Amino acid sequence: MSPAQFAAFSDNAVMFASVVYVLAFLAHLAEWVFVRTLPLPAQATVASPALVGAGGGTRAGAVDPASPVDAGDTGDPGEGDRLEARELRVERFGRIGLSLTILGCLLHALGLVTRGLGSDPARVPWGNMYEFTLAGTFGVSLMYLVLLKRYQLRWMGVLVTGFLVVVLMVDQLLLYQDAGPLVPALHSYWLAIHVLAAVIASGAFAVGALTLVLFLVKNRAEQRGTLRPRGYLARLPEAVALERVAYRLHAFGFPIWTFAALVAGPIWAEYAWGSYWNWDPKEVWAFITWVIYAAYLHARATAGWRGKAASVIALVGFATLLFNFVGINYFFGAGSMHSYAH
Amino acid sequence: MSDVGTPPRVETEAGGASSQPPAPPPAPSALSPVELGRWAWRQLTSMRTALVLLFLLALAAVPGSVIPQRNIDAAKVIDWQQAHPALTPVYDKLGLFDVYGSVWFAAVYILLMVSLVGCVVPRLRLYWRALRSRPPRVPRHLGRLPQSRRFELDEDPEAVLARATAVLRRRRYRVSRPPEDGPAVSAEKGYLREAGNLLFHTSVLVVLVGFAAGQLFGYKGGVITIVGQGFSNSLSQYDDFDPGTLFNPDDLSPVSFTVDRFHVTFLTSGPEMGQPESFDADITYRPNPGAPPHRHDLRVNHPLQVNGTSVFLIGHGYAPVVTVRDGHGRVAYRGPAVFLPQDSSFKSFGVIKAPDASPQQLGFEGLFLPTYGFTMARGPFSQFPDELDPVLSLVPYHGNLGLDDGRPQSVYSLDKAHLRTYKSSDPAELGPVKRIKLSVGQTVRLPQGDGSIRFDGVKRWVKIQVSHSPGKDIALGGVLAGILGLMLSLFVRPRRAWVRVTREDGSGRTLVELAGLDRSSGGDLAGEVDELERLVRGGSGQAGRQQTSEAPKEST
Repeated sequence: MSPAQFAAFSDNAVMFASVVYVLAFLAHLAEWVFVRTLPLPAQATVASPALVGAGGGTRAGAVDPASPVDAGDTGDPGEGDRLEARELRVERFGRIGLSLTILGCLLHALGLVTRGLGSDPARVPWGNMYEFTLAGTFGVSLMYLVLLKRYQLRWMGVLVTGFLVVVLMVDQLLLYQDAGPLVPALHSYWLAIHVLAAVIASGAFAVGALTLVLFLVKNRAEQRGTLRPRGYLARLPEAVALERVAYRLHAFGFPIWTFAALVAGPIWAEYAWGSYWNWDPKEVWAFITWVIYAAYLHARATAGWRGKAASVIALVGFATLLFNFVGINYFFGAGSMHSYAH
Repeated sequence: MSDVGTPPRVETEAGGASSQPPAPPPAPSALSPVELGRWAWRQLTSMRTALVLLFLLALAAVPGSVIPQRNIDAAKVIDWQQAHPALTPVYDKLGLFDVYGSVWFAAVYILLMVSLVGCVVPRLRLYWRALRSRPPRVPRHLGRLPQSRRFELDEDPEAVLARATAVLRRRRYRVSRPPEDGPAVSAEKGYLREAGNLLFHTSVLVVLVGFAAGQLFGYKGGVITIVGQGFSNSLSQYDDFDPGTLFNPDDLSPVSFTVDRFHVTFLTSGPEMGQPESFDADITYRPNPGAPPHRHDLRVNHPLQVNGTSVFLIGHGYAPVVTVRDGHGRVAYRGPAVFLPQDSSFKSFGVIKAPDASPQQLGFEGLFLPTYGFTMARGPFSQFPDELDPVLSLVPYHGNLGLDDGRPQSVYSLDKAHLRTYKSSDPAELGPVKRIKLSVGQTVRLPQGDGSIRFDGVKRWVKIQVSHSPGKDIALGGVLAGILGLMLSLFVRPRRAWVRVTREDGSGRTLVELAGLDRSSGGDLAGEVDELERLVRGGSGQAGRQQTSEAPKEST
C-alpha cells in the first residue's frame, strides 16, 4: 500500500475503533443499569475483606456465574433463580463490553500503526496533537486491558470506555490533521523515546485518576453510611482496595514520568535546542505535574493524609497533566518551543 | 521531606523526639533559644512542611510559564511591558520577569532542600544502625500479626527450624535466631527499599548541584552568521549572550568556525506545504586557532561538541544583498543585511542603514518576501518560504539615522526621530505607495536625486547557539540514580517473618507457628506467607488454608 492508502486506512481504523468503543461503553452501561436493582450477592460482601488481604484488588461486578447466587436471606428459591438469571444477564453484558473493548483496542493499534506508515517516510505515529491524543488514548486503553486481569478492573470498563469515546471524538473532530512528514526539530529518535514514555505515564495516571474518583465517591458513601446494598457503587471493590489500585497505577507511572520529563526530555532538548532545561512552558508544567505527583506519593505515606487528602492531590496532578497537554498548546501555542505539537 | 512508602517522620523513631507528644508543641515564648531552634528545625523538617513546600514550588513555577521571561525571550518581555505599562513596575519589583532567578523562588527550593537534608541525614544514621542490627525479636503472640499460620508436622522441631531457616535464606531474608526467644527464628528482607528511598532523596540534591553549576558557571550565546562568514568565540561576536552568575569570559573555549553552505528543503505539496523538511549547515571549525580545520554537518538534533562547548543550529533566514548609492553616485552601503523571519512563510522584516550617504543619510525599512505574492486585501506577502521569486518591499527614509550620538542602536530597527519618508507623489520612481519593490538585479532611483538602491542577490544566514553547561553530566547521573532509587523505594517490599516451633506435649508432634508482616502498604503478604508455609512444610504439601487462623485484616 502507498502512504496515502495507509493514511486513509488509519482514518477508517480509528473511526471503527471509536464506534466499537461506543458499543463497549453501551454494553458496560447496560451491565451497570441492570445491576442497579440487583442486591449484592451475599458471598461478595463476606468474601471481600479476605480478598482484600489476599490480593491487590477485589473482585467485584464480575460475579462468577458458575457459583449459584446465594439469596439465602429471602428464603425463596424462586426468587433465587430469578436473581441468578439477572446476575447472568449482568455478567453477559460485562463480558460483551470487555470483548468489544479488546476489539476496539486492536483497531486502535492498527490505526496507530498505519498512521505511522501513512506518512512518507514512515515515522512514529506521534508527531502532532492529533497523533499524541491518538497514542495517549491507546495508552489508556492498553493500560486498562493489561492490568485488567491482575487487578480485576472490569468495574472500571464503563468509565474507561466512556473516557476513550469522548477523547477520541474530540481528537477526530477538533484536532485532526492529515498525515505528513515531521518538522525538522522532531527528526530524532528521542521523539520515539520521550513521547512514548510520556504517553505510557499519562495512560497510567489517567487510569489512576479514574480509579481515585471512584474511590472518593465510594469512600464518601461508606463514611456517611449511605452506601446502598445494590447497584454499581456497592459492587465496586472496597474503597481501600480502590485506593490501593490507584496507588499502584501512580507508582507505576511516576518513575516513567520522571524519565520522560526529567531525563529523555532534557537530553533531547540539549541536542535540539542547545540547553537541557529551558523553562519552556511545557517543561515548567511537566515539572509542576512531577512535583505534585511527588507530593501525592509523600502524602500517601503520611498518617492523616492517606486516603482522601492524598487522592485529591493526585487528581490535582492529573489536572496539571491535562492542562499541560491541552492548555499549553492552545493558550501559549506560539510561546512554547513545543509548539510544533499543535 | 520524607519517603515514599514507609512510615515517615524520622524524629518519632530517631530518639530524642520520641517522647514528644504528637500534639502541637507549646508556644514558642515558653522555650529557650535552643529549644526554639530545635522546634523550628522540627517544624521545617516535618512532612507537612515538606508537602506545603512542594506545593509552593509547583505554584511558584506557574507565573514563569504565563509571563514572558527575560532569560527566555527578552524581546517578548519588552513587548509585554509596552502593552502593560501600569503592571510593569509592580511585576518588575516582584521579579516576575525572571521568576526562576528570583529570591522567592530560590527561597522555596532552598527551604525544600534544607527540609530534605534534615530528613535524609537522621534516616541515613537510622538505616545504618538497622543494617548492622539483627532482625527484631520474635513477638510472643504470632497469631496477632496481620498474617499468621499454625500447623503441625511430624518432624523434630530442630529439623523444622533448620528447614525454615534455609527456606527464608533462599528467599533472601536475613535470618537470625535470637537465643532469648527459644526455638524460633526471626527474618527480615527488603532493606533496599529504604536504601532506594535515601538514594532518591540524595540524588535530588545531586541534581540541584549539577543544575546550579550550569547556572553559575555556564553560558549561552546566540549569533547570526551569514553563510560564507565566520565566527570566533569571543564576547564581542555574540548578538545575545546570557552568562551564568560566576561566569568568567576567560573560560570561553577558543573555538572558531566558518559556515560554508546551508541547505534547506521545504515540502512543495500536500497539506503541510511550506513546512521545512530538513535544514543543515556545513561548517568548518577549529577547536583552537592553531588546530587543523575539521568539517561538521550541523543540523537540528546534531550539534557540534568541542572542548565541552556545544554549537547548535537553531534557526535560519534570509539576508538580501543590496547596493545603496548616494546622491553623488558613490557606494554608501554594499552587502547583505539580515532580515528576521516573521512567520512560517519567511516573510522577513529588516532595515538597511547607509550612514555614509550624502548629502543625506539614507535608511530603508521593509520586508523581504522569498516568494512574492500580492493581493489588494493583504498587500505584499510571501507565498512560500523558499526563494523562488524573492522581492524586497522597502520604504526609503532620508535624514539623520541618529547613529552619531554614540547611543547603541539595534541593527533591526530605524530610529525615525530625524528621518522622513519621501512623498508618494513621484510615481515614476517610487510607485504609488511610497514603497520600493525590487526583484533581484533591479535598481530603483530615489526621488530628489538622493541616490539609488540595487537588489544584488540573496544570501542566507543561520542562527547559531553556543553554550556551555558544566555539571550537566552530574545532573543526568543524579536523575538516573534518582529513578533507580525511586523504583527501589516504590517496588521493593520490606517484610518480616517469624517461625516458632513447639513440641506438643500430648501428641509429640511439632506445632509450627508462622507469621508475616508487611512494613509497606500493599503487596500480597498472604501469598508470601502461604508460600512460606508450603516450603516449611517440606515443599510438597499444599498450602493448607484450612488450618489458617483467620488473620485480622491486613493493615493497609
